[in-house]
Amino acid sequence: MDYEAQIQKNQFRTEEYKINLGPQHPATHGVLRLNLTIDGEIIKRVEPDLGYIHRGIEKMCEYDSYPQIIHLTDRMDYLSSHNNNEAVALAIEKALEIEVSGRVKYIRTIVGELTRLASHQLWWGVMGMDLGALTTYFYGFRDRELINDIFEETCGARLTMNYTVPGGIRYDIHKNFVKRVKDFITHFKTKLPEYDQLLTGNIIFEKRMKSVGILSKEDAISYGVSGPVARGSGVVSDIRKIKPYSAFAIQDIDFKEPLYTEGDAWARYKVRIDEMWESMKIIEQLIDNIPEGNIKEPTKAVIKLPKGEYYQRVETARGELGVYINSTGGKSPYRMKFRSPGFSNLSALEHMAVGSKIGDLVAMMATLDLVVPDIDR
Amino acid sequence: MTNQQLQDLINTWFENLDFTEEATEFLTVTVPKENLHELAKKLKSDKQTQFDYLFCETGIDWGKTLGVIYHLRSTSLKHEMVVKVETDDRENASIDTVCDIWRTAELHEREIHDLFGIEFNNHPNMEVLILPPDWDGYPLRKDYVDEVNMIIR
Repeated sequence: MDYEAQIQKNQFRTEEYKINLGPQHPATHGVLRLNLTIDGEIIKRVEPDLGYIHRGIEKMCEYDSYPQIIHLTDRMDYLSSHNNNEAVALAIEKALEIEVSGRVKYIRTIVGELTRLASHQLWWGVMGMDLGALTTYFYGFRDRELINDIFEETCGARLTMNYTVPGGIRYDIHKNFVKRVKDFITHFKTKLPEYDQLLTGNIIFEKRMKSVGILSKEDAISYGVSGPVARGSGVVSDIRKIKPYSAFAIQDIDFKEPLYTEGDAWARYKVRIDEMWESMKIIEQLIDNIPEGNIKEPTKAVIKLPKGEYYQRVETARGELGVYINSTGGKSPYRMKFRSPGFSNLSALEHMAVGSKIGDLVAMMATLDLVVPDIDR
Repeated sequence: MTNQQLQDLINTWFENLDFTEEATEFLTVTVPKENLHELAKKLKSDKQTQFDYLFCETGIDWGKTLGVIYHLRSTSLKHEMVVKVETDDRENASIDTVCDIWRTAELHEREIHDLFGIEFNNHPNMEVLILPPDWDGYPLRKDYVDEVNMIIR
């Protein structure tokens, strides 16, 4: 018997009321506040209230030099910090018409894919935790630690790496880098099937994910979602294939863009698991063939971009990050805009959530993989 | 469609639109704000254009006026273009919403409303999204001054 009919039969009345989810709620992974209008347990409206970690990065950019801006972008989506850095560096290089060496392109791509792996490991861990499976958290963090160690050895930082500079990378890779990355891939290939054993095949987990938070293909396009969320709804959206950059532009790399048509939380989960396999495949194709070359092309001490508008996209772990630079020829941009994947993905949340229960909202948010500093900027 | 074909097609819909490809990789059209909604609707629904994916919506301060920049892509036909629109002035800046055409615009326009003070006509919910409700001024405008929180070199 459906809910409405039950109300009719039992003659009891319910009324709508509002509750806050966040800004201090473990399932929002940061300071996201959702104003929920609910009736019993059924969600009627979801109104995001943002700004709890808004730092005005776009305004700060208007007063900073271009190399300084790269550092700021670490603090947007901190789990895709390298990809963010790369996007700004590529935009600057596009404007200055600098062609970086093949070595830089390979290293940037390998580090970018490692960042994506680390981000998906963390996502997998905390998503299991959100739905009540605490063990996943330790599995995810255990394996992510190995990637962080590799980063630490090469560039001195584990999370906000600042490895990219306009015209190249800051340092050459550490002499252990290649070996450690290979060891990690060998290790993680035995661990990823464990993830499936632990969570993917679990009947409780499956029931909480399937047919939850459905986003059709048309809606996914209209809401401008990108990355794994779009691919879960069957939208081809991988920037690495649509607008190849770095090593994807110079090398024919064999990897699939995982696509599912269901559009539910389960499809988004499967996309990310598949993406981890694909990322490992990409790294394996590149790691043995890193060409020799300069690690940094010379740039002027004060970088000034020619007058014009520049737009650069990269695929971060969350989707399409767009960097829009409007330059008037000065040492700072006239206007800088970051099209962050999280912000657009969040816009689809209300559409997904209306009519479902609060517990399902947590599953939806987990599979949207929201990083709040990326939404607020 | 190539940029030239797109330009020719749009020219058959509206007269005297300002096209440019200078200093940008996209075909860029500047549209008067009265025609924005009609053009947007056509760009999405026309069989030959099918711009169904609004991937970036940017507010910008042009000095005397404010503006909005729309980056569009067609997921089926793979072409891309940029639409620019300008307000009449700074004081009563208003533009028609496009969130009935591309639903992602709803949040983007609320963000632009907060930070630039552009009103979007016919928008379902123009409440503040990012700033506190009692915030004074529009932080991303060029003439915004906050002596306490801004470090200006």
